[in-house]
Amino acid sequence: MKHQGQTHAVDRDDIQGLLRSGYGHHLEACFLLLRIRDREAARAWLVGAPVTSAAMVERPAGPLPETVLQLALSSEGLRALGVADDIIEGFAEEFVSGMAGDANRARRLGDVGASAPERWQWGSGQRVPHVLVLLYALPGRLDAWRRTIEQQCVAGFDTLACLQTADSLDREPFGFRDGISQPKIDWERQRPALDDTRLAYSNLSCLGEFVLGYPNEYGGYTDRPLLDAQRGAQAALPRAEDAPDKADLGRNGSYLVLRQLAQDVRGFWAFMDSAAGGDPDQRERFAAAMVGRTLQGVPLVAATKASDAAASSADLNDFTYQSDPQGLRCPLGAHIRRANPRNADLPAGTRGIVSRLIRTLGFDEEALRQDLVASTRFHRLLRRGRKYGAATLAESLTGPPGAPAGLHFICLGANLARQFEFVQDAWMTGTKFDGLTAESDPQLGTRLPAPDGTPTDGYSIPQPDGPDRRITGLPRFVTVLGGGYFFLPGIRALRYLAAAH
Amino acid sequence: MVVAPLAAGREGSLRELLDTMNSAPGMADPGNAILPFGAFERLHFARLVLLDDPTLADVEAYGLRPSKAPLYLAFMGDCDGPSRQTLAAMSQRAEAGLRSVFAHCEGFDAHGDLLTWMLAHDTPVAANYVNWVGRSVLQIKQESALQRMLSARVGRRPLASGTEARAARRSLITFVEEEKRAGRLALTPPERTPLRWRIAKLVNLIAVPLAGLIALPLLIVLLPWLIYLLRTRETSDPEICPRPQREALQTLQDLEDHEVSNQYTAIGTLKPGRFRRWLLSVLLVLVDYSCRHVFTRGYLARVQTIHFARWVFIDDKRRVVFASNYDGGHQAYMDDFINKVGWGLNLLFSNGLGWPRTRWLILGGARIEQSFKRYQRRHQIPTQVWYKAYPGLALVDLKRNQRIREGLERERMSDAQALAWLRLL
Repeated sequence: MKHQGQTHAVDRDDIQGLLRSGYGHHLEACFLLLRIRDREAARAWLVGAPVTSAAMVERPAGPLPETVLQLALSSEGLRALGVADDIIEGFAEEFVSGMAGDANRARRLGDVGASAPERWQWGSGQRVPHVLVLLYALPGRLDAWRRTIEQQCVAGFDTLACLQTADSLDREPFGFRDGISQPKIDWERQRPALDDTRLAYSNLSCLGEFVLGYPNEYGGYTDRPLLDAQRGAQAALPRAEDAPDKADLGRNGSYLVLRQLAQDVRGFWAFMDSAAGGDPDQRERFAAAMVGRTLQGVPLVAATKASDAAASSADLNDFTYQSDPQGLRCPLGAHIRRANPRNADLPAGTRGIVSRLIRTLGFDEEALRQDLVASTRFHRLLRRGRKYGAATLAESLTGPPGAPAGLHFICLGANLARQFEFVQDAWMTGTKFDGLTAESDPQLGTRLPAPDGTPTDGYSIPQPDGPDRRITGLPRFVTVLGGGYFFLPGIRALRYLAAAH
Repeated sequence: MVVAPLAAGREGSLRELLDTMNSAPGMADPGNAILPFGAFERLHFARLVLLDDPTLADVEAYGLRPSKAPLYLAFMGDCDGPSRQTLAAMSQRAEAGLRSVFAHCEGFDAHGDLLTWMLAHDTPVAANYVNWVGRSVLQIKQESALQRMLSARVGRRPLASGTEARAARRSLITFVEEEKRAGRLALTPPERTPLRWRIAKLVNLIAVPLAGLIALPLLIVLLPWLIYLLRTRETSDPEICPRPQREALQTLQDLEDHEVSNQYTAIGTLKPGRFRRWLLSVLLVLVDYSCRHVFTRGYLARVQTIHFARWVFIDDKRRVVFASNYDGGHQAYMDDFINKVGWGLNLLFSNGLGWPRTRWLILGGARIEQSFKRYQRRHQIPTQVWYKAYPGLALVDLKRNQRIREGLERERMSDAQALAWLRLL
C-alpha cells in the first residue's frame, strides 16, 4: 500500500529543513529566544522571514545554503500573535500548557530541586520565549547572519536570550562522541500506514512520528489543529489526509523541545576518578559503563560491525541489547540503554503463532522478564541539540574550573506526551526502569531521594561472577537552566499563523 | 466497595473533610485523624472517591435522555483476608472518623451500627484482579527489610567459583538468622488460606466451566445471531472521544506522580440495550475467573505493573466503575494498555458508551491511540484520597524481594543457582 499521487507526496518545500538535517556542515549556530513586543511588526517579519526548507538542504547537486534560519513558536507566542483560541486549543495539551508552570509536569520531567522551573534562567513565568529563531551558518558567517536577523527583528521583538553554541559537533561536553543514535525517517512513505505488531526492532520510523499530518507507528494521525477549509484557503494550507474537508495546520510541522542542560564536566570526571581510585583506565571504564558507549562512541554491547572506533555513525547505531538481557556488557541502566532500549513490540521468542500467543498472554516467564520496558518504536526522539561552552576533557581534572558547558538539547517529535515526556519520565527519571531500583539515569538523574526516602543516586553494574557492582552517592551532573515546548510549523502554516486573523 | 449516595448539599463539606486526610494532593496521610490507614496492617491500598461522572450526557448520542444519577461516595480497599474483617477493624479503630465521612451520605443513621451500615452498602465487585494472590502486606514489608539488609551486607566483589557463591549465600543465611534472633528482622511464615476460601475457589474453578459447558450448545446455535448483533452494533455505535476539559485534566494530573505508583479511577455508562449488558456481565465473569485461577502470579496477560484492579457495576448495571493501582506514570500505563493488552481492554470497555470503534470485539478500539487516550482521560475521575501501604516499592521490587526470600529459605542450591541468587541482591 504505497502512497502515491499529488495529495500524498511529501512537500519538501513546506517542511523546515531541521526535520531533514541537523545542519552538520553549518558548524556555527545560535538560538534566539524572542518575545513579541509589537504584534504587527512581529507578524510582518514572520510572514516573510527567510525560512530554510527541506528542499533547500537536500538538493543533491546544489550548493549548501550559507546561512539557515528556522522558526518555532510557543503557545504563548501564538497567543501573543493573536492566533484564535480555538486554533491554539487544537494543538497538543502539553504544548498549550507549556514545559514550565505545572508541578506534575515538573515531577515527571525531573525538573525539581536545582532544576526547578522557578530557578530557570529562561522559560518560566515572564521569561517564556514567544518565538525561537534557530540560526545556522557555514564557518565564519554566523556573526553577520545574526546581525542581519536581529536588525530585522528589532521592531517587533525583545530578545530574551541568545543561546550560543560551540563550533565542534562530534563530542558532547563530558567528552563522549554524540549524536549517533537517530531514528531513520521513512520520508518515502514506504511503510504501509497500518497498525500491526512488530517482532523486531527497527531504526526506521514512520514519517508521522516526527512530522504532523502523516500516519504514525499506529497507522493513525496525531492530533493537531484542523481548520474549516475556507479558513485556511487564503494561505493555501494543505488539506488533512484523514479529514479531506479540513485544512491541516499541523501538516509538515513538528513539535520542538528545547532544554538548556548545564553539565558539570569537572564534577562528572572528579566523581569517576574517585570511584576509580584515581586509575585513569578504570575512570574511563566507569564513565563508559554509565553512558553505554566508550568515549569514541563504540557501544558496549559491541556488535561486530560496531566494534571499530572509526566506524560510521550508522554502524555504531546498528545493534540491539537482545544478546545482553542481563546487562553484563552494557548495564541495564546505562544512559543510551534507557534512552533507546532498542526492543520490539513482543519479547523475543520463536516465530510460531502458538509461541506468540503464549507471550501475548504472559505465560512465558522468561519473556515476562524481558518485557519490563515499553516498545521502543513509539518513543523515539529526533535529536537536533548543540553543545555550548568550551570542550573540557577528562584531563582537566586539575586546574581552574572551566567555563560553563552543556547542551542545548533539542528534539523533534509529533507527540510530546508519548515521545519526549515519556522518555524523560519513564526511562530517564524513572527509578524502576527495567526492574532496577534506587537509581535513575546516571547522567540526567536528579539524585533527590524519593518522597519515601529511597535514594536514587546509585548505579548498578551487573557482574557475571557475583552481585552487581554498586556505585552510590552520584552527585547531580546535569542541571536544567531553561526549557520550552515549541511548534515548528510547516512554512505555509507559519505564514498563516503570522497573517492577520 | 462501600458505595452510598451523598445527601443533598453535603458535597462541599465532604470534599473539605476528605482533603484533611491528605498530606499532598490526593495522597493520604497514613496517620490522618479521620481514618489512619497505616494502623491497619492488612490493608494494601485504599481510596475514597466521589463518583462524579462527567459523561452522563453521552447517552444523548443514542437519542436517550440522560438519567439523573446520584453523586456517590465510594470507599474501596484491597486487604489480606476477608474484607469484612478489615471493615470491622476500621469501624472499631476509626469509628468517629468514618462516621464523620459517611454522615455526608443519604440515610446514614448516626446512632445505628457503623459496620452494619457499611456492609449494607457493600457493592459486589464484578471482577477483581490481584497481582500476586496471597502476598500479604506483612510479607511485603518483611521482605523489603530483608532485601535492604542483605543488599547492604553482601560482598560486592567477583567470586572465584560457584563454591564461593554457595559459601557467600551460607554466610548470609547465618547473618539473617542472627538478625532474626536479635529481633532486628522477622520473616513470618505465610498464613494458611482458610479452608472455606479454598473450597470456594475450587467450586468456582469447576462451576464456571461447567456452566459454560451447559450453555455451550445454546451458544453454538445462537452464535450467528450473536455475531450479527455484535457486528451491526460495532459498525454503528457512535464514538464519543472529545478532548477532556483542560481543568479536569489538570485536576487529575495534580494528584499523580507523587509516588512510584499511581491510582486510576474511571466511570462510564454501558451502551444501551440488553446485548451489551449481558455481554459485559458474561465477560466480567470470565475475567474474574481468569484473575482468580490463572493470572495470580504477577502478571495480567503481559502487564506486570498492576497491583490491584476491579470492575464494579453500579446503578443496576447501567454504569461501571473501574479502579486500579499501578506502577509508573500515566503515559506508561496507557502505553501498556494499548501495546500489551489493547485486545483485553476492548473486550470489556468496548461495551462502554463511546469507546473507539472495535472490530470483532478485540481489534481496533484501544489501538486507535489518540481517541483511546482522550476517551480514558475523559472518563477518569479524581481520587480524593488514596493510600498505599508500602510507598517506594513497585511490583518489580516485590517480586525480586520475594525471590530473595525464597532463595534464602531453599534447602539446597547448585553453584549456578547460588550465583543467580546473589545477583538479585
